Amino acid sequence: MAVAELLHARGLERRHGERIIVALDELRLERGTVLALLGPNGAGKSTLLRLLLGLERPDAGTLLLDGRPVRWDDAELRRRCAATLQRPTLFSGSVLDNARFGPSARGVPRERAEAQARRALEGMGAGHLATASARRLSGGEAQRVAVARALAVAPDILGLDEPTAGLDIAGQREFRQRLESMIRSMAGAALLVTHDPADAFALADRILVLEGGRVTQEGTPEELVASPASPFIAAFTGAELLLDGVVDDIRDDIATVRLAGGDPISATVAPAAGVVIAGSPVHIAYRPEDVLLLGAEASEPVSARNRFRLRVGGMTPLGGLLRVRLEGATPLVALITRSAATDLRLAPGVDVTALVKATALRAYPAAREGAT
Amino acid sequence: MDLFQDAFGRALELIWSLDAYIIDVFLRSMRVSGAAVLLGLLIGLPAGIFLALSRFRGRGLAIALLHTGFALPPVVVGLFVYMLLSRSGPMPGLELLFTPAAMIIAQAILATPYVAGITLSAVQAVPSTVRLEARALGAGRWRSLAAHLREARLGLVAAVVAGFGAVISEVGAVLMVGGNVEGETRVLTTAIMLETRRGDFGAALAMGLILLAIAFAVNAGLTRLQQGAAAPARAPWR
Repeated sequence: MAVAELLHARGLERRHGERIIVALDELRLERGTVLALLGPNGAGKSTLLRLLLGLERPDAGTLLLDGRPVRWDDAELRRRCAATLQRPTLFSGSVLDNARFGPSARGVPRERAEAQARRALEGMGAGHLATASARRLSGGEAQRVAVARALAVAPDILGLDEPTAGLDIAGQREFRQRLESMIRSMAGAALLVTHDPADAFALADRILVLEGGRVTQEGTPEELVASPASPFIAAFTGAELLLDGVVDDIRDDIATVRLAGGDPISATVAPAAGVVIAGSPVHIAYRPEDVLLLGAEASEPVSARNRFRLRVGGMTPLGGLLRVRLEGATPLVALITRSAATDLRLAPGVDVTALVKATALRAYPAAREGAT
Repeated sequence: MDLFQDAFGRALELIWSLDAYIIDVFLRSMRVSGAAVLLGLLIGLPAGIFLALSRFRGRGLAIALLHTGFALPPVVVGLFVYMLLSRSGPMPGLELLFTPAAMIIAQAILATPYVAGITLSAVQAVPSTVRLEARALGAGRWRSLAAHLREARLGLVAAVVAGFGAVISEVGAVLMVGGNVEGETRVLTTAIMLETRRGDFGAALAMGLILLAIAFAVNAGLTRLQQGAAAPARAPWR
């Protein structure tokens, strides 16, 4: 056991009748780290968070706090954890009353509890709301207060369930920065539940992906982007899903795939994606930034194994970039700079050549879709 | 019309002069009904909270019986308490019949369903997430329950007020078990009956006006509570 390990969960399971809500083999949370529980709606993320924080009784499994086995309702586990739940309910009274609830519940003297509460509110940009009624806050303000309420406790384990839900895009960015600063100043660790990859990539050191109540991948954000274990994770990390196809042949982990109604393509079999053999139905995923565009008549030899003649169907600004929708037998999406679009004189209806390296196309067994 | 004018004039005169008899009856009414509501609170509050927060077989039936209690006929309650405390009943040695204690017991039986029923609604209306939020912030079981009840506090006050309103104006039960003995068990409602029979409409109307004022105050308080109660403390979301 690592010295810095705060929480260790083994074999945690939660069922509703025969239906598995969560079935976790193992999870380790180390001091000074942020672990994101990422997954689609209904994947069991919130349930897992509640199980890990002792807010819900598991049907099976063990929790170890600092290496010591604890019951799900252990008083020390409760004392050392604090969480903001999904769609948090603020208590009636002032914002400050809410923020000092946690410290007060732990028996912290009133003045110190208030100081902790004010510090947390300031940290989350809600200091000016201290005397306001908690019932008269906007959604964004309420979310800040709810997070500050948990931070005021200075917990060893902080749980955050969809902390940026309900915030607008601009608010989310500023909120994440504040949250990151507050989390990094904590001595403990944080568990972040989110279905928003932006939250996970901005705040987490490690990401645990849940699909259908089970962990389908765990790793650093970089590992997930580089090597997503399922089409779902690929899509979550910003990849586009190409058409389905069937593997014709495999050599050195490079599969030749015949797309339904499209061209034969070369793709890399995704590591840890399951068994892919000749004849396997597969999904193909790629990242739009890996698609290279050339003029329609470009014919010189290139290293990229996949070359498509396509027509620009539409262009959408995406920050400083352009998302180009390409139509044809094998429709693709490319992400390019505006200057590249100008150089290529791209416009809807213009023909282009799209190049994608075989290593940028990833083949996943189609059967895995059932697990999502 | 002279009858009404005379009675109204005398009633105001009695109230204005703080007539000792009327004040005595008024204070006894407040004491008896106040004590009955306190007793009703002791039973009704925990019962309402328990029914609101727990799930067990027969809970639906228990709630239906509780709501039936809203329509308990006071005379039937009076009859039940009379039989209970009479010399030939199961508790003859207590000798409580025709005492304020008997009146308190009867009124407590009438107040308890109101207190429990309104408590049940108030506690049930609070989102169950409040307790989970409190636990997520480190509160223990009792503190989490306290946080939940705090959110229901307006409803709990309403339960007290409604219970008091239900018993202060009832006559059947207190007349049967109290006996309307002057200086001992006479309360506003029984005194109004007696004075009306005696033909002292002024005194009866004076006490009727006091009763109306109490009923008005109770209902005004309830209305204020209901209108002042904010929506459940769930954070507003887009």
